[in-house]
Amino acid sequence: MALLDVQGLQTYFHTEYGLVKAADGVTFHVNQGEIIGLVGESGCGKSVSILSVMRLITSPPGETVGGKVIFDGKDLLKYKPNGREMRAIRGSKLTMIFQEPMSSLNPVLTISRQLTETLELHLDMDKRAAKERAIELLRMVGVPDAANRVDDYPHQFSGGMRQRVMIAMALSCNPAIIFADEPTTAVDVTTQAQLLELMKDLVTRLNTALVIVTHNLGVVARYAERIYVMYAGRIIESGRSEDIFGNPRHPYTIGLLHSVPKLGERHGTRKLIPIYGLPPDLINMPPTCAFLPRCTEKIGRCEKEPWPELRAVGDDHYISCYVDIKGK
Amino acid sequence: MDEEAKMPENPVVPTPNDIISIEPAPPRRSEWRRFARVFFGRKLYLVGFIIVVIIILTAIFAPVLTPYDPEKNDLTSRLQTPNAEHLLGTDQLGRDILTRIVYGARVSLIIGFSAVFASTIVGTIMGLAAAHYGGWVFAIIMRIADVLMALPAIILMMLIAGMLKGGGIWIVVFALGFGGIAPMARMMCGQALSVKQNDYIMAARAVGMSNWRIMFTQIFPNAYPPLIVGLTMGIGGVVLGEAGLSFLGIGVQAPTPSWGGMVMDGQRFLLTNPLLSLMPGVAIMFLVFGFNMVGDGVRDAIDPRLRGVI
Repeated sequence: MALLDVQGLQTYFHTEYGLVKAADGVTFHVNQGEIIGLVGESGCGKSVSILSVMRLITSPPGETVGGKVIFDGKDLLKYKPNGREMRAIRGSKLTMIFQEPMSSLNPVLTISRQLTETLELHLDMDKRAAKERAIELLRMVGVPDAANRVDDYPHQFSGGMRQRVMIAMALSCNPAIIFADEPTTAVDVTTQAQLLELMKDLVTRLNTALVIVTHNLGVVARYAERIYVMYAGRIIESGRSEDIFGNPRHPYTIGLLHSVPKLGERHGTRKLIPIYGLPPDLINMPPTCAFLPRCTEKIGRCEKEPWPELRAVGDDHYISCYVDIKGK
Repeated sequence: MDEEAKMPENPVVPTPNDIISIEPAPPRRSEWRRFARVFFGRKLYLVGFIIVVIIILTAIFAPVLTPYDPEKNDLTSRLQTPNAEHLLGTDQLGRDILTRIVYGARVSLIIGFSAVFASTIVGTIMGLAAAHYGGWVFAIIMRIADVLMALPAIILMMLIAGMLKGGGIWIVVFALGFGGIAPMARMMCGQALSVKQNDYIMAARAVGMSNWRIMFTQIFPNAYPPLIVGLTMGIGGVVLGEAGLSFLGIGVQAPTPSWGGMVMDGQRFLLTNPLLSLMPGVAIMFLVFGFNMVGDGVRDAIDPRLRGVI
């Protein structure tokens, strides 16, 4: 039984130009202690999906209109987005790390205040205990001189250090799942590696599940155990990390992997092949597979039938495609 | 040895412990010290501050500073020019002008502070509520504010002070404070709305804080600098407003000494004894100047970006 089971999640945005189906039938699950990668290009609905799970979609204009989000045996979509039940889960059982460490901390409150806020809110700790726990958390995420730095303000921390604080905040109440929304996009490459290594180390130690949302295939390749590939608001391929990278079956995934340079490959041995065209306009989605206009493998059936459902092509390996490409 | 052999087998990824720096933390500079450095760094702000302090001390120690009663008539010594006993002379009822100015500081400050505080508190709550609920609550509060701001402040004050006849200090406070609510509410609402867009508000929601908690613990601390500035600047304006109302005879009523009222009382003797009107006028000028300078200083010390906005 999966820890978190998301089925057919639909989140739409009402805009002046029309209805944007940012997530249209997203299905995925997270098991305990697992590291999951959710990849896709910008605007494919990765962030929207996890914000919908957290019930953090701003309404209006956004609205989660369909699907199920089963966590701990309960459907989170049945709760009010800001109701007591949802607030009790947010920040304690399900937590989030945001993309921009520079702006995700409140500039006028000390680090201590921001960390203890969560502890006091969810664990009913008194001020002193919360502060000690805050210092301990900062130590855990590798902030040097934690006992003194805890009283600093965010502007006295560097970007990488702030992201560590965000990680500490996400871990503070021993969550079941941490959603990391592009956690390393805003920091430089060296810091990225440190942060990812740190997160992996911590979630393994605490047996917490981690969902990494990213457009960086390198990040998920190294850390994720299972990967979901998203395109135009849907999951189009999912499977174990080694299957996705070693034996991708969906034309989009194959295209993605062909367009990424690999370290150690000599110049000239392999040409990078881009995916031609642009992602579809989410307002005017075609009735067929949304990848069709860009697809190099299309067959007659693709033009006539609606977007295919996910089907198994291997052990725990699913694709949403009529064509089955093998041996590529 | 060739190049390859020197390369490590695996890239070394530092563990958290590797990156602990050994540099000592920079000395902590308190926010207050930074504030004081900017605030007292410019002479003009310092002068304003000293003026305000002197006026406040004068108001507190009024009975010690002068031997006379500000309200007791002494018709045998009316309309005296400055002399050793009455440094600024006496008015048409024989009261010492300096004494009345000294006591008048009390009235001005009490009215100034309470009107501004009252309008700040009410305006802040209204502004936060409008930003928090949005929708029709926002529309109603902001439209009311628009209507109030469309009326010239002095007309609004005269209307209220005139309707609530009686002339007690608190009626004046109410009249002056009421006029200050709308701008305060608008400013707070605007601030709150812009702060609300920040990522850390989303982060606060993501840790499960309720909307009101976010409003007061996350948004308010980020939105209050203009409030402090508005508050200090507002005192000068309110004192001026009080003087205006008293000059028109609908402010603080005789015999309570009020600077505006003294200017009015003295105008009849402007040609024979100009000090009667002039000196309370000078006092008003100093107080307003002092508070405006303090307001500017506070603004620059809290948030220099606000220069030109408020």
